[in-house]
Amino acid sequence: MRRMPPSALVGLVLTGTYFAAALLAPWIAPYGMAEIVGDSWEPWSATSWLGTDSIGRDLLSRMIWGGQTTILVAAAATALSFTLGSILGFTAAVQGGWVDQALSRGVDLMMAIPSLITALVVLSVMPVTIPVLIVVMGVLDATRVFRLSRAVAADIAAMDYVEAARLRGERQGWIVFREILPNALSPLVAELGLRFIFAVLFISTLSFLGLGVQPPLADWGGIVKENREGIVYGIPAALVPAVAIATLAISVNLVADWVLNRTASLKGGRGA
Amino acid sequence: MPDPVLAIDNLRIEATTHPPGEAPRTAVLVDGVSLTLERGRVLGLIGESGAGKSTIGLAAMAYGRGGVRLTGGSIRLDGQEIRLAAPGALRALRGRRVTYVAQSAAAAFNPAKRLMDQVVETCLTHGLADRATAEARAVDLFGRLGLPDPGTIGRRYPHQVSGGQLQRVMTAMALCPGPDLVVFDEPTTALDVTTQIDVLAAIKGAIRGTGVAALYITHDLAVVAQVADRIMVLRGGRMVEEGETGRIIHAPREDYTRALVSVRSIDHAEKAEAPPVLSVRGVAARYRGVPLDVLADVTLDLPAGQTLAVVGESGSGKSTLARVVTGLLPPTRGRIAFAGRPLSPDLAGRSKDDLREVQMIYQMADVAMNPRQTVATIIGRPLEFYFGLKGEARAARVRELLDQIEMGQGFADRYPAELSGGQKQRVCIARALAADPRLILCDEPTSALDPLVADGILKLLLKLQAEKGVAYLFITHDLATVRAIADRIAVMHRGRIVRYGTKSDVLSPPFDAYTDRLLSSVPAMRQGWLEEVTAGRRPEAGGR
Amino acid sequence: MHPVVTLVARRVALGLILLWAASVLIFVGTTILPGDVAQAILGQSATPVSLANLREELGLNEPALTRYLDWMGGVLRGDLGTALTNGEDIATAMGRRLGNTLLLAGVAAAIAVPLALLLGIVAVRFRNRWPDRAISTVTLAAISVPEFLLGYLVIYVLAVQWRVFPSLAAVYDGMGWAETLNAIALPVIVLVLAVLGHMMRMTRAAILNVMQAPYIETAELKGLRPIAVIARHAFPNAVAPVVNVVTINLAFLVVGVVVVEVVFVYPGMGQYLVDHVSKRDVPVVQASGLVFAAVYIGLNLVADVVSILANPRLRHPR
Repeated sequence: MRRMPPSALVGLVLTGTYFAAALLAPWIAPYGMAEIVGDSWEPWSATSWLGTDSIGRDLLSRMIWGGQTTILVAAAATALSFTLGSILGFTAAVQGGWVDQALSRGVDLMMAIPSLITALVVLSVMPVTIPVLIVVMGVLDATRVFRLSRAVAADIAAMDYVEAARLRGERQGWIVFREILPNALSPLVAELGLRFIFAVLFISTLSFLGLGVQPPLADWGGIVKENREGIVYGIPAALVPAVAIATLAISVNLVADWVLNRTASLKGGRGA
Repeated sequence: MPDPVLAIDNLRIEATTHPPGEAPRTAVLVDGVSLTLERGRVLGLIGESGAGKSTIGLAAMAYGRGGVRLTGGSIRLDGQEIRLAAPGALRALRGRRVTYVAQSAAAAFNPAKRLMDQVVETCLTHGLADRATAEARAVDLFGRLGLPDPGTIGRRYPHQVSGGQLQRVMTAMALCPGPDLVVFDEPTTALDVTTQIDVLAAIKGAIRGTGVAALYITHDLAVVAQVADRIMVLRGGRMVEEGETGRIIHAPREDYTRALVSVRSIDHAEKAEAPPVLSVRGVAARYRGVPLDVLADVTLDLPAGQTLAVVGESGSGKSTLARVVTGLLPPTRGRIAFAGRPLSPDLAGRSKDDLREVQMIYQMADVAMNPRQTVATIIGRPLEFYFGLKGEARAARVRELLDQIEMGQGFADRYPAELSGGQKQRVCIARALAADPRLILCDEPTSALDPLVADGILKLLLKLQAEKGVAYLFITHDLATVRAIADRIAVMHRGRIVRYGTKSDVLSPPFDAYTDRLLSSVPAMRQGWLEEVTAGRRPEAGGR
Repeated sequence: MHPVVTLVARRVALGLILLWAASVLIFVGTTILPGDVAQAILGQSATPVSLANLREELGLNEPALTRYLDWMGGVLRGDLGTALTNGEDIATAMGRRLGNTLLLAGVAAAIAVPLALLLGIVAVRFRNRWPDRAISTVTLAAISVPEFLLGYLVIYVLAVQWRVFPSLAAVYDGMGWAETLNAIALPVIVLVLAVLGHMMRMTRAAILNVMQAPYIETAELKGLRPIAVIARHAFPNAVAPVVNVVTINLAFLVVGVVVVEVVFVYPGMGQYLVDHVSKRDVPVVQASGLVFAAVYIGLNLVADVVSILANPRLRHPR
């Protein structure tokens, strides 16, 4: 914590701000999510800091409410994908044998089709609600988390100190939680950040295509969709979510990079 | 008086590393080293890894790997200063007047090109000969270096040729352009002991035959004594001692040199018979999916409180034997007994007490300890796990153990990364001792250590054995270590025990063919040994 | 049998199995999951009778296995079924659109691949110095922004403010080359930026890996000129990993195309799929999903086969 490079610090601050805004939305948004406050696409003013959107709602408020939806949905999906993926990945690495084979082949199969295509196919028949979106995104992304955590766990499980613990007679639980996990934290936490970014981009893309968060709920992808016609007339309203998504993604990336680099440091890192 | 081929004066070499997220760090790799090498002479550079010998070898070509910079002193090749020469000038002399033989031939060759193309490349690039002449020269060198089928081996790819042969091809590649100086960077270190001799003889023959000057870099003093006229001992980037080979070996002046020469002069008297703590009867084992037996019909006894050394080259099955004894690999046939009681072949079938009695220490101490645990935790865990010791009782016992491994109390709160190689291994020994076992399996525990440090570890192990009566199953490939600490010896070759008995029995003639070959392949610390041995040998076909 | 042939054959077989498994997954995904197709088409106010009739008509009452075999049988004969929404023959409708999508992807690839290679070489040549860091920063930015936003950004800057290219990519039969390229210029730019971001990191890593190999040092110590080192020693060993990277990212391009087509209202496969997902037109979704999966699996297959063929240890066994 003492020697954090400035880029990581900036990343941490920005990420924190976005998350705080998402949690405190009801208290800091100037207007309600669906409140009409003026004409379509008014420019920015004292009462409406970012102007209005296509039907006259305050863009800033929509962005704050939208941020809450985007961030919470992405966070939930990431939590699901991470829990599912890492538990299965660790199990596969530690158990080996047919368990590993079955899980790995299953994941290979799921990854044979691009995630977006699978999501579109599934969403063409399922009701498009928030829980469904979270589950679909969570399960699809769990495949990547599986691969990473399995590789990390397998790497560590091959170390002599894990074998030494096994020879001692330590039980599986001890080995996983006290020998393997502490050494796997760094790369896993970095991956958590990357998965979150991916979830943010994914839900925004789905909403943009009309298959994500449904109106009147706002999320950043949906805001782009609503305001896309304005672009042709030179109205930049649809670009505001771009800045938000990009800065959130970059800041999380900077923090993830810093966490990953700390793996290289010997003390408290993965050592050898 | 012609210039010496190589004259290095007060050389200083530094390296800058850029750890991510931190300020760049500069380390001094070589400090104030000077040497002279006359035409047609061989200078041996000897030292442990990190001593700077490879760095100096590469500096002879004014080359620095990675972030390494030649920051001070002078390097004169045939009177010409090259330390700060322009890239163009350096390219003109590299591969032409100075050539390099790397440690790992397998990595040094381009996997996508045929051997002959790579061997003649320097001659063609520097315009020394046309293709036909260069190839003829190469084939001649292949023959002189003892390669099979010298006329056709050039058409092969690197992966189609064995390690020992590849090393000879690389030597041919270095000699092809007729250089003034060849830098040999640990050319036989990666080879098996039995192959090493043939390659060493081939290299020596080629050096003498072509009259080229050579820098021979190695960590094995006995090896360099066979080829070099003069030897320079390096440690920590500085010169320790330099002189004629004979003088260095027979009358070393510095303590470090003395230790290198007479290391493992530990004298260990054999012990008398005792009831066995470990009995292995007719054990065979194989790995899943491989139809071949890795171990076949292994039978041996380890008397309580004694050391049984299991010697063999890579692939002999000695590490597999360790896995079978610990229960990680259940044997397909045979039985194992511990102190008279049968021992379950599988780890899962053994009681906690069984597991406690058999402990293990590993070759690489860095990966044998959890980097996120302190020394106190590492040593303390067996105490808690087997004896239920906690709190102050445990801490007290940890202090006792630290004393026994001759390390201070301050080490208890340190992490593995803060320890030196020798200290790490001592902590691993303490961890094994904490369980109060009757048998400790030592899997090459000193192979990765500096000879002085290895010496200390071996002495510690002997002391602990004398105090506690613990038996060691000591796996190694190094015969000097065996002589130092074993009571009994088992020689393994291709999964079988070819010779077994007390130390004096095993090491006295008459020998079986393999043991004979093994024992005669270990270089003795005297000049002329190589000639004696090669006079009576035929190179093993194919070599490894 | 030469080991290379066996390995390639095995990999191709694996690809076919994956494709088959993908078809099962797609079919299962659209039929077994909760969600009534008939209900979705007719809406909430449909009467039970009309629902039953529609189900009968669509063959939804048959057991799933029969329906799957019918569908696959049709696919293997080239008949991809009929759209629910407008009764169009899917294969014909797709044909044109597939051509459009391949055009877009092809042009984007033709620009992105050489550019990624060039930037990768520059990044390695100036490793850790400013060109490398600049390239890293730009690619980081490119992968942090989703394609649709890149699209609108590009439209805003190049089509609206500077009026260089049209903001809608309308193509039709009979268009001349110059006109077509002008129409698709913006979507191509967006695709290139999106793919470049991912590909750059991987090409840099692949090239760096080769340049740090010990045999490159051997070549330098032989006094070869840098050009000779790169051309004679680095290049032959870099071909395989780079082709691998490129093919993997082309697979990524397949997905990026979907969003870009929607942004620019481009009549391709992506637009086709997305439209019909909203309309819940299951046959179209199944067929499009299968085509996308096939292209993706095919490209990954090519990547693996190239890796096998380029490995000298396999081409010249002991």
